[in-house]
Amino acid sequence: MSRAETDEAAEAEVWAGGGAGARAGAVRAPNPLWRLGLVRSEIGTVFRRWRTLALLAVLAAVPVLVGIAVKIQTDDGGSSGGGAGGPAFIAQVTNNGLFLVFTSLAATLPFFLPMAIGVVAGDAIAGEAGSGTLRYLLVAPAGRTRLLLAKYATVITFCLAATLVVAVSALAVGALLFPLGDVTLISGTTVSFADGLLRAGAIAVVVAASLVGVAAVGLFISTLTNSGIAAMAATVGLLITIQILDQIPQLHAVQPYLFPHYWLSFADLLRDPVYWDELLKNLGLQALYAAVFGSAAWARFTTRDITV
Amino acid sequence: MPRIRPTHEADGADGAEGPRTGRRKAVRYGVPVAVAGVAAATIGLVPALASSGDPDLPQITAQDLIAKVAASDTQQLSGSVKVSTDLGLPSLPSGMSFGGSGSGNGGKGGGGSDASPQSKLTELAAGTHTLRVAADGPDKQRLSIEEKAAEYSLIHNGDQLWGYDSASNSAYHATVPKDVGNGGHGKGSDAAKGLQNASPQELAKQALAAVDGSTSVSVDGTAKVAGRDAYQLSVKPKQSGSTIESVRIAVDAKNGVPLKVTVNAKSGGKPVVDAGFTKVDFGKPAASTFDFSPPKGAKVTEAKDAKADAERKGGSDLFTGKGKGDGNGIGAGQAEDWAKSFGGGAKGDSEVNVTGQGWASIAEISMPKGSTPGKSGETGKTGKGSGDDASGLMDSFGTKVSGKFGSGHVFSTRLVNALLTDDGKLYVGAVDKDALVNAANNAK
Repeated sequence: MSRAETDEAAEAEVWAGGGAGARAGAVRAPNPLWRLGLVRSEIGTVFRRWRTLALLAVLAAVPVLVGIAVKIQTDDGGSSGGGAGGPAFIAQVTNNGLFLVFTSLAATLPFFLPMAIGVVAGDAIAGEAGSGTLRYLLVAPAGRTRLLLAKYATVITFCLAATLVVAVSALAVGALLFPLGDVTLISGTTVSFADGLLRAGAIAVVVAASLVGVAAVGLFISTLTNSGIAAMAATVGLLITIQILDQIPQLHAVQPYLFPHYWLSFADLLRDPVYWDELLKNLGLQALYAAVFGSAAWARFTTRDITV
Repeated sequence: MPRIRPTHEADGADGAEGPRTGRRKAVRYGVPVAVAGVAAATIGLVPALASSGDPDLPQITAQDLIAKVAASDTQQLSGSVKVSTDLGLPSLPSGMSFGGSGSGNGGKGGGGSDASPQSKLTELAAGTHTLRVAADGPDKQRLSIEEKAAEYSLIHNGDQLWGYDSASNSAYHATVPKDVGNGGHGKGSDAAKGLQNASPQELAKQALAAVDGSTSVSVDGTAKVAGRDAYQLSVKPKQSGSTIESVRIAVDAKNGVPLKVTVNAKSGGKPVVDAGFTKVDFGKPAASTFDFSPPKGAKVTEAKDAKADAERKGGSDLFTGKGKGDGNGIGAGQAEDWAKSFGGGAKGDSEVNVTGQGWASIAEISMPKGSTPGKSGETGKTGKGSGDDASGLMDSFGTKVSGKFGSGHVFSTRLVNALLTDDGKLYVGAVDKDALVNAANNAK
């Protein structure tokens, strides 16, 4: 049994990623992780695209821009902007470079990060269909459900990678331009730099998890169409629309159910003691979106006719 | 191994049936619908189930319940408090006071970058805020206002009082005498009051302090607040003319700590003030909760500097106008305002003439001729503006009224109304417009 399935996985891999066939030998050995073959080839395909690398480069540039802007402003003698306007935590950046991580994540989370996710998620199925490779993927007996799961896992991996790119770039820029040291939490408590770094890591994971919902929505939209561009545009357009709806005070009754509503709650990890209410609400909401739109994508993808 | 076949149509997991794709499609689309339905039902039903079923508690008389509150000696608690206020004001700029008796930060510009407690606590006067409170005896309290990606903390520990605003990375420091809690009117207790006044506990005590012949008090059922069984105490003014319909206080059945306070306005609608614990723990908070040292790089304002600053800007009424006479009455002004709004202005100040009784009492304040109406707090937007500028603004903010006393402007909120006469007298109270005009007429 496992023999046959291993063959399927290997075969799927050959079909899935252009150069992945070379690695098929490694997967051929009976291995409990054989299921990951498809995922690995998908991840490889996505991260080898120039488009993906360009997206990550743009994300990595954001902390550089923010860091340089703050540096120039404070070198002119002006004190740190006073906190009025600008992304959260920006007033603290001059005292501690680690805050550039939080500032950059707060600055990219509303738009840049989800936009990048929307591009990758929207392209996942529709892009394959558009370029005519989807039916070859399906000729391999890997099964549609497994292909969809592999695609979703890839998008989630990209969420994490994109967040980490922003965080690591911000940490590097922060360390270069500003002093590092003990971290003052927003409750006024001071913790060691190691503790601060730990919290920064936790925040990066929470931010990545905050994008799980929009990834599921993007994947669902991607199963609806054969045009990759249409799916990306629809996902990003939906994202902007929902962000706007989240700002209209008259709609406060529905806002707690919009996926970006609790995004900024990652800052609650910087309170002492940590304020869990909104963090948990955020994670629960993302899980709900993932369940609803993930199963909708599954329903659509496993029942539709693939003609191209 | 059903999967060893070209999966042309679908995943082979349930691939046994052949042509009935239409039905299978419907079943599959049912999955997301079911997930969404279950989620919606959970969101809708769980709070309903949790809040239904008021706890069964032994009967208690209103007197016993009030005595229980008064006797409550709970010193240690920590928890989250949700405060919603809807005073019917236009959206307040930060640093503006809503309170009645002529204090307020009208004379102080740029309150936003100031970490002093006065400017921050006034922000609670509008909108919904989440606070976290912790207390360990009379010497140690902490209050944090949770903002979006920022926090304002007020920490009182022994003779130290610190305020820290993370959004602007600025701190405020004041020293208070150690004998807090004994004096009752010492500076420190004012500070402590300022610190605590947003907690349901203090609010309820203020409201109960105003209980006298003009008030009807009854026990009105039970409720569950923050997971604890509580009695509902309903306090209603007997007099007509008050803008307050009722004050409802949920009192913990076990230890008599007020857990929730709701103030309803006569005009109906949402409660004017709704402050209650969403989570509460009567254990001893960790000692480190009350430690604070100013973070590196934070701009620290000392209380004395702040005072000089305020006086220079003509805001000295903040400190002297209350008749307390102590320059360091941190937050006390606010506490008094706050308490007054609740207690219907029952307590008088030495420099303020109070007419009427109980809930319907009206404070009469003589303002120096030509002083800025902005200091009244009701028109705080005018700030330092001169009288000339202000009169135009007043027309747009208030309604013009006239009577035997002459003419003036009435500024209305859902709770507090104020009448500023043209000859510079201010009448303020939690009463309706007619009562204010009557008071002005009678004063003539």
